Amino acid sequence: MKTNGKKTGSGRIAYRKRDRVAYLYLLPWLIGLVMLQFFPFFSSLYYSFTDYKVTGGMNWIGLDNYIRLFTKDADFHNSLKVTVLYTLYTVPLKLTMALAIAMFLNRDIKGINLIRTLYYIPSLFGGSVAIAVLWKLMFLDNGVINAMLTALHLPNIQFWGDHRYALKTICSLEIWQFGSSMVMFLAALKNVPKELYEAADIDGSGKIAKFIHVTLPQISPIIFFTLIMQTIQALQNFTSAFVITNGGPLKSTYVLGMMLYKEGFAYFNMGYASSISWVIFAMIVVVTLLLFRSSSAWVFYEDEEK
Amino acid sequence: MLAKRKNKTVNRVFTYLLIAVIGLALLYPIIWMFFASFKTNEEIYGSTRLLPAGFSFHNFVDGWKGNGVYTYARYFFNTFKLVIPVTLLTLVSSTLAAYAFERFRFRGKNILFAVMIALLMLPNSVLMIPRYSMYSGWGWINTYLPFYVPAALASNSFFIYMLVQFLHGIPGELDESACIDGCGSFRILVQILLPLMKPALFSAGLFQFMWTYNDYLNQLIFINSGEKYTVSLALRMSLDAEAIVNWGKVMAISFIAVLPLMILFFAAQKYFVEGIATSGLKG
Repeated sequence: MKTNGKKTGSGRIAYRKRDRVAYLYLLPWLIGLVMLQFFPFFSSLYYSFTDYKVTGGMNWIGLDNYIRLFTKDADFHNSLKVTVLYTLYTVPLKLTMALAIAMFLNRDIKGINLIRTLYYIPSLFGGSVAIAVLWKLMFLDNGVINAMLTALHLPNIQFWGDHRYALKTICSLEIWQFGSSMVMFLAALKNVPKELYEAADIDGSGKIAKFIHVTLPQISPIIFFTLIMQTIQALQNFTSAFVITNGGPLKSTYVLGMMLYKEGFAYFNMGYASSISWVIFAMIVVVTLLLFRSSSAWVFYEDEEK
Repeated sequence: MLAKRKNKTVNRVFTYLLIAVIGLALLYPIIWMFFASFKTNEEIYGSTRLLPAGFSFHNFVDGWKGNGVYTYARYFFNTFKLVIPVTLLTLVSSTLAAYAFERFRFRGKNILFAVMIALLMLPNSVLMIPRYSMYSGWGWINTYLPFYVPAALASNSFFIYMLVQFLHGIPGELDESACIDGCGSFRILVQILLPLMKPALFSAGLFQFMWTYNDYLNQLIFINSGEKYTVSLALRMSLDAEAIVNWGKVMAISFIAVLPLMILFFAAQKYFVEGIATSGLKG
C-alpha cells in the first residue's frame, strides 16, 4: 500500500490532522461493515445452530442442523454432488476456452476491438432471467437445437427431461459466457514482454515449450484470480437452475443455492438454511485456501525475480 | 517468395474464417431470439429456420401488455427505479471509501483494508438470511431499500477495490500541489481527483448497472407484490401464467429486456473492456 506526503517537522502534525478526516470518508463503509456484513455474518453462524423458523421461535440445538445435513438429508448429499459437478464442469471448461480463444486472438489482426466486443456480448447477460428463458426454449424437446440434430441425422436429446443431460445443458449456458475471462486473458497476454519470446526463439523453443515456460507463468496471476472468482460464483449458482428446470428432473439440477432458497424462503426453515449457507461458505474457504496453498508452485509474481 | 506470401494470405483467410465461425456460434442464440420474437409456437417448434414467416409486431404488442394488471412499462419503470439509484449510490460511497484507503494514513488502516479484500470472497448466500430477517423487522420487505441502503454503504468491496487500484495510479503530488493553495481534502477529491477518475467511475457504474439489472435472487426474495415487480420477476412469472406458453411473446419481451444492456454496451464498450482488463473480475 502506498502512502504519501513527507512527515517532517510541523508538516507531520498537519498531516496527522488531515488524516483524521479519513474516518469520515470511511464512515458509510464502516456502518455497512458492521450492520450489513459483520452482524449478518455472525447471526447466520448463530442461526445455523438453532431451529429458527419464521413461523416459530428460535432454540439452540447445537450441531443438530449439521448432523442432519451430513448424515440424514439425502437431498443435501445430492445437492452437494450437483454443485461440485456444476463447478467442475463449468469453471475449467470456461477458463480453458477463454484462454484458448484469447491466445488465438492475440496476434496482429485487423478489427481486434470489434471481435473482442462481439465475443464479450454473451457475458453481458450473466444470470439474467431473459437468457435463462431463451436457453429453456432452445433446448426444448421440440426446440431449435433438437431440430438441428434432426437435420444432421443425429438422435434427439431430452435436454431438460433427462436427468443425465439437464445439468450439463445448464452448464452450457455458463460456459457460453466465457467472454469476460477472455478479455482479461487477452489483456494479460498483451503485457507479456516480447523479449521473453525472442529469448525463447534463440533457445530454439517450440510453440508448446514457449506456452509452458513463457506464456503460462507470465499470465498465471490473472488465471489464479479468475479461477478463484469463477469458482466462488459457480458454487453459488441459482438463477439458471431455478428458472429453467426448477431443480429437476429427479433433482439433477438441485444445486445448493436452490436448496438454500427453498429451505429458507419456501419452507422458512431459516436455521437449517443458514447451516446450508455455511457449508457453501466452508467450501469456498477450502477451495480458496487450497488454491492459495498451491499458488506458490504455479503462480509467478514479477517481484519474485528480484 | 511468392509461395510464402500466398501461404500467409491463406493463413490470414483461415484465421478470419475461424474468427467469424466462432463469433457466429456465440451470437447465434441472440440473433435467433430476435427472430423468434416474430414467430408463432408452430413456427418455433421443430424448426431450424431462422427467419420468421412475417415481421408482425404482434408478439411485442401482446407481450408488452403483461398480465393484464400491469404492463411492462411498469416493470421497466420499476427496474430503472431500482437500478439507477443503486448504481449512483454505489459510485458515491465506493469513491469515498477508496479515497480514504488510498490517500490517508490512519489507525487500523491495514486491518480494515484486509477486511475489505476478504469481503470479496464472502458469499452473498451467507448474509442473505439474516439480512432478510433484519430488513423484514424494519419493514423494508417489498421496498427497494434492501437494494439502496447496501449501495449507499459501499457493501460491494469489488468497487472499492477497483477504485483504489485506479487512484493508486494517480500521483499523490497532484493532491499536494493543490493543498499548498490551502484547499481541503474534500475539495481535492471533488475538483482534482474526480475528473481524473472519470473512466474508472464509468466502468464501475456500468458493471454495477449490469449486475443489478441482471440480478434475480435478491429481487425474488425482497420484492413480493406485482406493482413493485421488476422485469426479471415479471418474465419469470410469465412462464407460469399461462397453461401453454406463447414463446414468441416471451422471446419478444426477453429481447426487449436484454436490449438496454446491449445498447449501453455498444455505446460504452471501451469502458467495459478496459474495466475488465484492468481490474479483473467475475463474469
